[in-house]
Amino acid sequence: MAVLRPENEEEVVRVLLERYERGSPVAVVGSGGKSGWGETVAAEDSLDLSGLSGVTLYEPNELVLSARAGTPLSMIETLLAENDQELAFEPMDAAPLFGGASGQATLGGTLAANVSGPRRIKAGAARDHVLGIRAVSGWGELFKSGGRVVKNVTGYDLSRGLSGSWGTLAVFTEITLKVLPKAPDSATLVVLGLNDAAGVDLLCAAMGSPWEVSSAAHVPAALSANLPVDLGAGGRALTLMRLEGVGPSVDYRAEKLRALAGDLEAVLVADTESRALWRHLRDASFFAGGQGALWRLSLPPLGGPRVVNSLKAAGSFRHFYDWSGGLLWLASEPGSEEALAALMRGTVEREGGYATLVRRGTTSADVPAFHPQAPALAALARNLRQNFDPKNILNPGRMG
Amino acid sequence: MTRLAMPAPFTDTLERRSEIVAALSAIVPGEGVVADERGMRPFECDGLTAYQQLPLAVVLPETVEQVSRVLAYCHENNVRVVPRGSGTSLSGGALPLEDAVLLVMSRFNRILEIDFPNRAVVVQPGVTNLAISKAVADRGFYYAPDPSSQIACSIGGNVAENSGGVHCLKYGLTTNNVLGVEMVLMDGEVVRIGGKRLDAEGYDFLGMIVGSEGLLGVVTEVTVRILQAPEIARALLLGFPSSEAAGACVGDVIAAGIIPAGMEMMDRPAILAAEDYAHAGYPRDVEALLIVELDGPLGEVGHLIAEVEKIARDNEASFVRVSQNEEERALFWLGRKAAFPAVGRLAPDYYCMDGTIPRRELPHVLKRMRELSEEYGLGVANMFHAGDGNLHPLILYDANVPGELEKAEAFGSDILKLCVEVGGVLTGEHGVGVEKRDLMGEMFNEQDIGHQQLLKAAFDNKHLLNPGKMFPQLCRCAELGRMHVHRGRIPFPDIPRF
Repeated sequence: MAVLRPENEEEVVRVLLERYERGSPVAVVGSGGKSGWGETVAAEDSLDLSGLSGVTLYEPNELVLSARAGTPLSMIETLLAENDQELAFEPMDAAPLFGGASGQATLGGTLAANVSGPRRIKAGAARDHVLGIRAVSGWGELFKSGGRVVKNVTGYDLSRGLSGSWGTLAVFTEITLKVLPKAPDSATLVVLGLNDAAGVDLLCAAMGSPWEVSSAAHVPAALSANLPVDLGAGGRALTLMRLEGVGPSVDYRAEKLRALAGDLEAVLVADTESRALWRHLRDASFFAGGQGALWRLSLPPLGGPRVVNSLKAAGSFRHFYDWSGGLLWLASEPGSEEALAALMRGTVEREGGYATLVRRGTTSADVPAFHPQAPALAALARNLRQNFDPKNILNPGRMG
Repeated sequence: MTRLAMPAPFTDTLERRSEIVAALSAIVPGEGVVADERGMRPFECDGLTAYQQLPLAVVLPETVEQVSRVLAYCHENNVRVVPRGSGTSLSGGALPLEDAVLLVMSRFNRILEIDFPNRAVVVQPGVTNLAISKAVADRGFYYAPDPSSQIACSIGGNVAENSGGVHCLKYGLTTNNVLGVEMVLMDGEVVRIGGKRLDAEGYDFLGMIVGSEGLLGVVTEVTVRILQAPEIARALLLGFPSSEAAGACVGDVIAAGIIPAGMEMMDRPAILAAEDYAHAGYPRDVEALLIVELDGPLGEVGHLIAEVEKIARDNEASFVRVSQNEEERALFWLGRKAAFPAVGRLAPDYYCMDGTIPRRELPHVLKRMRELSEEYGLGVANMFHAGDGNLHPLILYDANVPGELEKAEAFGSDILKLCVEVGGVLTGEHGVGVEKRDLMGEMFNEQDIGHQQLLKAAFDNKHLLNPGKMFPQLCRCAELGRMHVHRGRIPFPDIPRF
């Protein structure tokens, strides 16, 4: 088992060209924090991209930043914070879900998995913030796509298209991102004691209001005590709505949101504590350090509570909703893994969504980690993979 | 008219025309197939009117099944297909080919579902952009991307071109506002991608399809996200003694952490033309005019208006006006929105360009453009989505003067090359189409284009869908299908480089 650690783009090309010629696969790795997410890669050797590090361009007034793929996100976020800017998609740090250390994630890994946080519902996903890429395909050839400006429709949007491809089509070497001003102030209105359906209904009403809610989550009673901030909720469920912006705007909208919530009991959480809450929700930290099966469901917001109800009959689990109900994290309790897995895909499909088995636990290897696609779409995916990586050398098996 | 190199027609297709028309008529009965010259004439061009071509036949399907059967038939019989929405493309994306069926989606004009709680609307592709906003307006919602042709352009066309608009600085392009599509592939296979949810599992096909200019499939249904309209929108009209000062103001607004809903700039020729035409109250003694619109909650907009006003004054603004009501805001926009017809009065013809540059390059690019204008002896008026660096120079010419169109096109090419040279791109929102395809080499090398071709081939390996668009003609990778140019070892070394 060899670890190949290129120091620059030319070396990535050389390594992959050689691998292409031998037909010999590699596991593509940033910091390895998400190695447990998805299927096991069928490759002895790994291509470690942490040597490709550093910000290559940052122009705050142009809202643009380029960095090599192995650059730690923490380095980028620190640099941005010095200029009161941020990555608006609020990248999730998934490593602790697999027992890894937090703060290690790389830019390339973040984009390869297209992981976004609670603000995704307003600001868009990781892929929405990619302006351009440089990458090496399974042919061992370097190519670029996109550019460094926001408005660009020149050619296919491969930058976006390769996001979320888990390193199976090409290996990013450099990424150019749109960055945005960081809101100077924030607050979160937390409504107490709603059941799932009422909570998600309220979130949808808030998202459908003009009050520019930037994140909307519902944490049922079973998990509410595990948040890092004591809200005095006494073990009740929490329905959280985040407001960000300039101070006067946040205050104004907080009043409006309170009115929207009517007679419901609510508390307003100020900036610092609000940030801590959303960081916890971003990383699904309730489930960090656990071993059991962990599911991530993406579906139309109102469908979430119905899926939860259907699954309750089959087994026990803990769960919470983000993205106004459209993102459902669900952790099986011991003994329920197989029963939940058996029902999961069919149940979520009926609601127009899909389910990813993020952490397998003891779930049978027969259950695919990624949601099986309809045959025509699966055929399209095979074509694409065949065209970009004809000898199957990039992360073979990772997406099933 | 300049001669445009299009892929050589399949002679076999031309010879079998009547047989093909009969087969298509069997799939789409009644008036669904138009094959007579008079009937086809209205479809001979799109918004890029310099090029015209009658198609092999026009087909107007009504059902997904008909689209699927038409494409399957064409796939089996090696017949090329050009999809068309409302035909408002400014890059020739829907330009017909002599040997291609023109698949017109205008009968797909129904709104299928409005789902307020999930903030999604499901529509057929022929529904116009504006019709979506109108359908949800009674509950205060709207669909954010607002291309200037929104009254006519179809959502299917918006998906194909990844259309933008003046508000995309804050609200994103089509790609940021589409949640899902149903699409028919060239072999007739129907696929559904995404839905009323924020993510799609597996490869991001949705991201690849939006902006693919009708080369990957024919969209038969679109799910878009809708937003609640902001509580208030207000605009500032700002005049500056130089484009440098206006450009600096734009940079300072962004640097202050403010993302306006729209930030438009006009240069002196555009200001004067617009004012003469629309009488919007624009100052006549400034070199550059900015319209900055801020929208959102009342408590926020008032605060930000004051901040922008201060930034403008710090940047030598010689004219400052803040809209006090909706009427005045509309008036500020009136001139900008009428700018195209206004410029149209300055010369018999104009040619609209669409490059994007890094904002800070604006003064340099404007200066260089004035020099080019003198070199070519053709006037130019500039409109600019200043917030995101998207330029719309309008080159003035007279098509009746022999050689002027060619000169205008050469001028346009030089402008786009200049955009790429300063770190920008060939097209910000109008698409590559036939217009800019031969300039792709300015931005992309052979390997870059080769990898785009790999995506194309995964969807349409016979290259039957919208050929001659987006990719350079005589590009060595253009006809490769699944074969790949590998490290210069190409099968036809005698084909010239573009």
